[in-house]
Amino acid sequence: MSHDVIILGAGPAGANAALAAAETGLKVALFDQQPEAGGQVWRAPLPGLALPASPEKAGGDALRARLAASSVDLRLGRTVWSVGAHFRLDALGPDGNETVEAPRLIAATGAHERVVPFPGWTLPGVIGLAAATVLLKSHGALPGQRVVVAGCGPLLAAVATGIVKMGGTVVAIVDLAGPGDWLRLLPALATQPRLLARGAGWALKLGGKRVPVHFRHGVRAALGADAVARVRLAPVDAQGAFTAGPEITLEADALTVGHGLVPGNELPRLFRTEQTFDRRRGGFVPVLDAFGRTSLDGLYACGDGAGLRGVLVAEAAGQLAGLACAHDAGALTAAAFAERTKAPAAAAAQARPFSDAMAGMMALRPAQVAAIPPETVVCRCEDVTRAEIEAAYDDGARDLNQMKQFTRCGMGPCQGRFCGDVAGEILAAKVGSREKVGTYTARPPLRPVPLADLMGSFDYGDIPIPRPAPL
Amino acid sequence: MSTTYDLAVIGGGVHGSTCALFAARGGMKVALIERGPLCREASGVNAGTLTMQMTRVALIPYALRAHAMWANASEWLGHDVGVVVCDGLSLAFTEQEEELLSFRAGKRREAGAPIELISGADALRVEPGISDKVRLAGYCKVDGYANAYLTGLAFRRALLGAGVDLMENTPASGIDREESGFAVKTATGVVRAKRVVLAGGVWIEPMLGWLGIDLPIKTLINQLVVTERVRPVMRTVVGIANGLLSLKQYPHGTVVIGGGWQGIGDRERGGVELMPDRIVGNVRLACHAIPELKDARVARAWAGLEAETADALPAAGPIPGIPDAYVCGSVHSGYTSGPYIARLLADRILGHEPALPLFPIDRLLNSGDAERGPQ
Ligand SMILES: Cc1cc2nc3c(=O)[nH]c(=O)nc-3n(C[C@H](O)[C@H](O)[C@H](O)COP(=O)(O)OP(=O)(O)OC[C@H]3O[C@@H](n4cnc5c(N)ncnc54)[C@H](O)[C@@H]3O)c2cc1C
Repeated sequence: MSHDVIILGAGPAGANAALAAAETGLKVALFDQQPEAGGQVWRAPLPGLALPASPEKAGGDALRARLAASSVDLRLGRTVWSVGAHFRLDALGPDGNETVEAPRLIAATGAHERVVPFPGWTLPGVIGLAAATVLLKSHGALPGQRVVVAGCGPLLAAVATGIVKMGGTVVAIVDLAGPGDWLRLLPALATQPRLLARGAGWALKLGGKRVPVHFRHGVRAALGADAVARVRLAPVDAQGAFTAGPEITLEADALTVGHGLVPGNELPRLFRTEQTFDRRRGGFVPVLDAFGRTSLDGLYACGDGAGLRGVLVAEAAGQLAGLACAHDAGALTAAAFAERTKAPAAAAAQARPFSDAMAGMMALRPAQVAAIPPETVVCRCEDVTRAEIEAAYDDGARDLNQMKQFTRCGMGPCQGRFCGDVAGEILAAKVGSREKVGTYTARPPLRPVPLADLMGSFDYGDIPIPRPAPL
Repeated sequence: MSTTYDLAVIGGGVHGSTCALFAARGGMKVALIERGPLCREASGVNAGTLTMQMTRVALIPYALRAHAMWANASEWLGHDVGVVVCDGLSLAFTEQEEELLSFRAGKRREAGAPIELISGADALRVEPGISDKVRLAGYCKVDGYANAYLTGLAFRRALLGAGVDLMENTPASGIDREESGFAVKTATGVVRAKRVVLAGGVWIEPMLGWLGIDLPIKTLINQLVVTERVRPVMRTVVGIANGLLSLKQYPHGTVVIGGGWQGIGDRERGGVELMPDRIVGNVRLACHAIPELKDARVARAWAGLEAETADALPAAGPIPGIPDAYVCGSVHSGYTSGPYIARLLADRILGHEPALPLFPIDRLLNSGDAERGPQ
């Protein structure tokens, strides 16, 4: 074995897990596809790009400095394509394929964006809220000059602020929630004064610009000939269903829209560990003990990939998982483990009301899914519409994988990461529950990899060819 | 509910489904008992290649007739299963492979497969996508592929249309012999039938065990790779002399790369893990054959379970000593030949003389002599 523990994902959860495990003397390998650690929230600007200081950049820089000073074997800019049992990981990096092995593996793969489809959502100029944050943080670029920011949850304010700061115009913020929904969260928000202050900062900056906010509204359609030119809004009820009421049409050259996040739980799914459906946590999540142990010996999960809890819980959960690895590897006594886990466990508990409140705002609203028109595309890799998913049900498909075989929904290069949650909800409305419908089977590679990189250079004669089948 | 079926088929892959379909069309009252959804094991995850150049010599006559069935799937199945009939090439890159290819193609041609040997230059005219390093190729016009993942949808409609009682998500757990036939135990109750067909793919070994028959079945764990959609890079089915590559591009642009490279798994857990080195080996062969393929990205890789008897020939026929009990499966390249062989068995069950001989399992039972061919 080349390492004691392999960690996949160098965001707040994975990086903290790596640091905690390395401090106990374990040999840690930390993998991420991005060239720098930090994950989504602490994403580093692209090399050569000097962006103004921000709390995210400061948090990220501090974390990157700690990692650089640690014994963690940093494997950044690597595309992990194969993860095998006990555990072997293969990744493509600058020098071709790399293989590492360790008896323990921590999945800290974060979350990805959910967009509940509406007519026009695949038009150029429509991008996700999370994608917009990457554009702003990493590329220092604006999604457009006149941008509508729509959807739900805290990313609305973050994206709107980012756009304003960079000199763009936010035409409007369109929030599925109402002011009352946010107000009800105040007690929970107040448990995190640091974040509340930042929230107030957003409000001030936006207030100065007089950005109109349409509470309790959703996007009915994005319109335009070959790119978005207009965005049509309609009022929604508390469940996210459209209600009768005046529609509003806004002129814009970009629409950033997102309806929360979905845990990137492919790794536990690949190993078929026990999972459970938890709407508040974003969908299917691995069943974990208090320290992030999954039902498979040696496999741990933490951070948003294990269920949405936000950055503060992710840091603490990462430390707990790293310490659990150290304990299970014999590098920490039971007493030392109990002692060292106290602080992160307390931090996680303290952050919980806030993270619950935020996760609640981003949970998928079934009524919103029910409102997707039949002819609207749900799987954009394979162009599968809602009506086609329902036709598969009529043809006898009762779980997501059967529906996938009938329609190709989820068979594209994203492996259903982006449509799986909504397609599951559509099918579940017919079948009865998300549990019955299940998840797409996770398959390697975790991300698409070019054949050219995979095969490297070789001599035909050196390919180890197995014995041919009998004649 | 005390219906007694004329026939209960256990296992809803391509063998069980075809057998149930033709028995029902022949007038029998049929129950099809499937553990999961229809055709989601080997018959739904296989590479869908319908080729003579990977088929065992003894099965060529069957495979040719089965190929014609697939080409006409809309007629007898009511769905085309995405079948494309096209040319097929089996390539040789070295002198040794030339020898192997000449020998193997010759044997298959003797058995009736219309395979010609052509030069590398001629092969390039048939398939402009192949590498110019090809020295010799087996060229067969009876080739093609299906979209295996549509098999379940197609059979589901056809079986319901034929009046088969389709019991999906219903694992069978044993069989009791009764005076008037068989009682199949399932999670949701007993299904009684005058006749049974065991069509459980790699699981026919435990199924036969229910009836006291010991027939060892080897489980192969075949790996497959599919690319994302790419511009056309090939138009034929391409393999290599030793059979360890199967390659074709679907009309929607994805390329499926297979050839029987083995992953990790077993009957109990399924295909649990792919071997990265073997994915790389398989991909190298593929790109060696079709160089333009290297620009594509791998979208997905998976493994499925294929059954093999000791002599790698089918287990398809009556079960010795147990009247009215039959087994159907373990057909090499069974997606290609399965429909024809299962239909022969349905003929036999319906009391007709099968047009070609079946493959009874007597040859495989209680004797060390496992090398005999079909009876
Ligand atoms: C990856 C892969 C690629 C392949 N590529 C090709 C190819 O390109 N061309 C080709 O011709 N062949 C190919 N094959 C071979 C071909 O797929 C198989 O020979 C064929 O599909 C076998 O069909 P079957 O009906 O015997 O088995 P299966 O399709 O496995 O069906 C058996 C069924 O029995 C059910 N079952 C098991 N136990 C129970 C129980 N207790 N109760 C009820 N039901 C039960 C299972 O759920 C299953 O659905 C490939 C195979 C694999 C695995």
